[in-house]
Amino acid sequence: MSQPDANVYYVPHDSRWPIFIAIGMFLFMVGAATWLNGYDTAGHIVLTIGALTIIGVMFGWFGNVINESMKGRFNGQVDASFRMGMMWFIMSEVFFFAAFFGGLFYIRTFVVPWLGGVGDKGVLTNGFIWQGFSAAWPTNGPEAVGGSFSVGSPWGIPLLNTLLLLSSSVTVTIAHHALRAGNRKRLIGFLGLTILLGLTFLCCQAYEYWESYVHLNMTLHSGIYGATFYILTGFHGLHVTLGAIMLSVMWLRVVRGHFTPQHHFAFEAVSWYWHFVDVIWLCLFMFVYIL
Amino acid sequence: MSSTAQAVHYEEHHQSWFERWFMSTNHKDIGTLYLSFSFLMLFVGGSMAMLIRAELFEPGMQLMQPYFFNELTSMHGLVMIFGVIMPSFVGLANWMIPMQVGAPDMALPRLNNLSFWILPFAFILLLSTFFMPGGAPAAGWTMYPPLVLQGGEAIAFMIFAIHLMGISSILGSINIIATILNMRAPGVDLLKMPMFCWSWLITSFLVIAVMPVLAGAVTMMLFDRFFGTNFFNAAAGGDSVMYQHVFWFFGHPEVYIMILPAFGIISEIVPTFARKPLFGYKAMVYAIACIAFLSFIVWAHHMFTVGMPLGGEVFFMFSTMLIAVPTGVKIFNWVTTMWKGSLSFEVPMLWAIGFIVLFSIGGFSGVMMALVPADFQYYGTYFIVAHFHYVLVGGALFSIIGAVYYWLPKWSGNMYSSFWGKLHFWSSVISVNVLFFPQQFLGFAGMPRRIPDYNVAFADWNMVSSIGGFWFGATQLVFVGVVIHCVFFSKQKATSRVWEHAYGLEWTLPSPAPHHSFTVPPVIDDSQLAHGDVTH
Repeated sequence: MSQPDANVYYVPHDSRWPIFIAIGMFLFMVGAATWLNGYDTAGHIVLTIGALTIIGVMFGWFGNVINESMKGRFNGQVDASFRMGMMWFIMSEVFFFAAFFGGLFYIRTFVVPWLGGVGDKGVLTNGFIWQGFSAAWPTNGPEAVGGSFSVGSPWGIPLLNTLLLLSSSVTVTIAHHALRAGNRKRLIGFLGLTILLGLTFLCCQAYEYWESYVHLNMTLHSGIYGATFYILTGFHGLHVTLGAIMLSVMWLRVVRGHFTPQHHFAFEAVSWYWHFVDVIWLCLFMFVYIL
Repeated sequence: MSSTAQAVHYEEHHQSWFERWFMSTNHKDIGTLYLSFSFLMLFVGGSMAMLIRAELFEPGMQLMQPYFFNELTSMHGLVMIFGVIMPSFVGLANWMIPMQVGAPDMALPRLNNLSFWILPFAFILLLSTFFMPGGAPAAGWTMYPPLVLQGGEAIAFMIFAIHLMGISSILGSINIIATILNMRAPGVDLLKMPMFCWSWLITSFLVIAVMPVLAGAVTMMLFDRFFGTNFFNAAAGGDSVMYQHVFWFFGHPEVYIMILPAFGIISEIVPTFARKPLFGYKAMVYAIACIAFLSFIVWAHHMFTVGMPLGGEVFFMFSTMLIAVPTGVKIFNWVTTMWKGSLSFEVPMLWAIGFIVLFSIGGFSGVMMALVPADFQYYGTYFIVAHFHYVLVGGALFSIIGAVYYWLPKWSGNMYSSFWGKLHFWSSVISVNVLFFPQQFLGFAGMPRRIPDYNVAFADWNMVSSIGGFWFGATQLVFVGVVIHCVFFSKQKATSRVWEHAYGLEWTLPSPAPHHSFTVPPVIDDSQLAHGDVTH
């Protein structure tokens, strides 16, 4: 592996990947919209082609970047650009979740009490439309949309999931220290353990969803509680899945010996992402499950 | 970090036409793509505006069904905001920021191409809805539920188009932040940077903070429509006003996303033609940062009549009025830059002065609306329409056109016809007032927006406004002529400095600027910079 030339900012030549992935995203979304509008077959076909295009491009694009990195094209300044890119990407994800948390807080602080008759606004709504509805949380609203439901305890699976994700954050950090110390065995082991913890989390969550649907009648349709619960935990689960895939790619790259103790930004980026997913979970555990 | 910038490594090879325009990693080519795309969209959105004004020319229903009129107003807004103003600012950023900070290219060149190419596809998704069963989205560009959810097949396409536009602008902003923070040539300190870079740096943070929130809002809508959730259904404990809060948490910073880069452009043009350094450079930087911060805590002034508690109304009223302070600082500093300068009125300067005047008119009507009791009269009327068109057409669009007239010789290497440029300006600035000033009277008199028919009492001023509209629309064809003539046919070559008193790194490059800007980081001579400790 040649040393990067510290004086050179690498500007790549023409690349076909950006426009290909844009086409892939376009097909994916056309397919999804077509499917949602009820044209199942056509929708599924276009959606699959789009998804495959996106995946294919990601292999090609990341492959290019890895290649360039292995050839030592990236100096410290390029590295800094990548770091900023990842950092602000994660920031934008934080704000994506903020939208749903903001919605949840607004609902719980204002909407539900108003529906229950608190304040000037509430007196009218409650008195004229939904007399007798009293505010509580969880709720599926004055008309009990989705039927009566119950909610599992936060101290069962959710607590277990918290412990799983927290320990996976520790293991990924141990793996990172091992990488910097050049301890390959420890690195492979602890990175693998991180992935396993992530997958266990996903299995627990799937079981929790199944339990909620089958035994507690707590579904997407269960009024505002079901809506906020599933959109927050669901998008978080999606991010854990993505994180686990990224960690697995890192594991394969570690096995292939792509990283050196000094030069392993991809690994760091993925571990940042993993910590981010962890922090979001802590907020979820607090505001969705406990409070 | 910037001190490590040295030479740049390119893999040079011959580029075919297809490679150059579809697979580019070059900030100038991608900037040109952005600008051409938004130019095209200006005429797409503009034709919708022409149809709207044609229908409103006289009271009564003449040309179209009311539902189609609603489709036009909604799509006109979405196209102009996401297809014209935002991409053209990103296009200008692409062209200018690497040249202004002394960088070889944008920090992440491939990502740059991706952020552009998402856009045309997003607009194919959005515009195709006109031809779908149920027509295009027709509940206004703000897409309030529950009304918007009653649309036809367009809804899913509209939501996914919004997602794509959001991804595009977030990626673009990440790239701009990385370029400004990481790619400055040694000696281009943050507080010596051109105001255009500063305004875009701060705008990028706004984009990263609010576009995902819009994505969240429309995602909830998607779930309500297709997956049976009840976010916006009060019977289930939800609230359609919750959408409005989340939407405007995006929507208000979005307003500043569309005006802060304009502030940056004006702060570049005015000192050049006043032949004085910008008055109060640091105050200008702090004012932009201050506006950006305040933009996060004023959102509910878009919904004063929705029935918020009194405390909310009062808080958002005062926080909104606070914004007038840093904005006033900016106006004051532009005027003071011109004060006792040796002014000359070349085409870009005319547009900049037009901007300052028209933006101030729009800004003042904004302060009027910030007052809760007064806003109950203005809400949902043509007064609002006049207000945001003054700041977006007289403000944002004028600054973009001014920027094109300012930097076009640098991009193309040719001078444009200043006669036609001035004609374009005077025709635009008069017609835009004929178009929007009467709408303030209409709004005061109570004419509601988004309505295809109206009381005969509003007839005269609507006719005046429509005439101004057609006039303004036709005038923009002059712009097309000027740009095409300048790029392809003009015989008059531009010098590298172009304007007598233009300072900044971009003017040290030849015109047209070479394909790769600074392959070797420039040695900074402070007297060549427009800002910082300058003596010129």
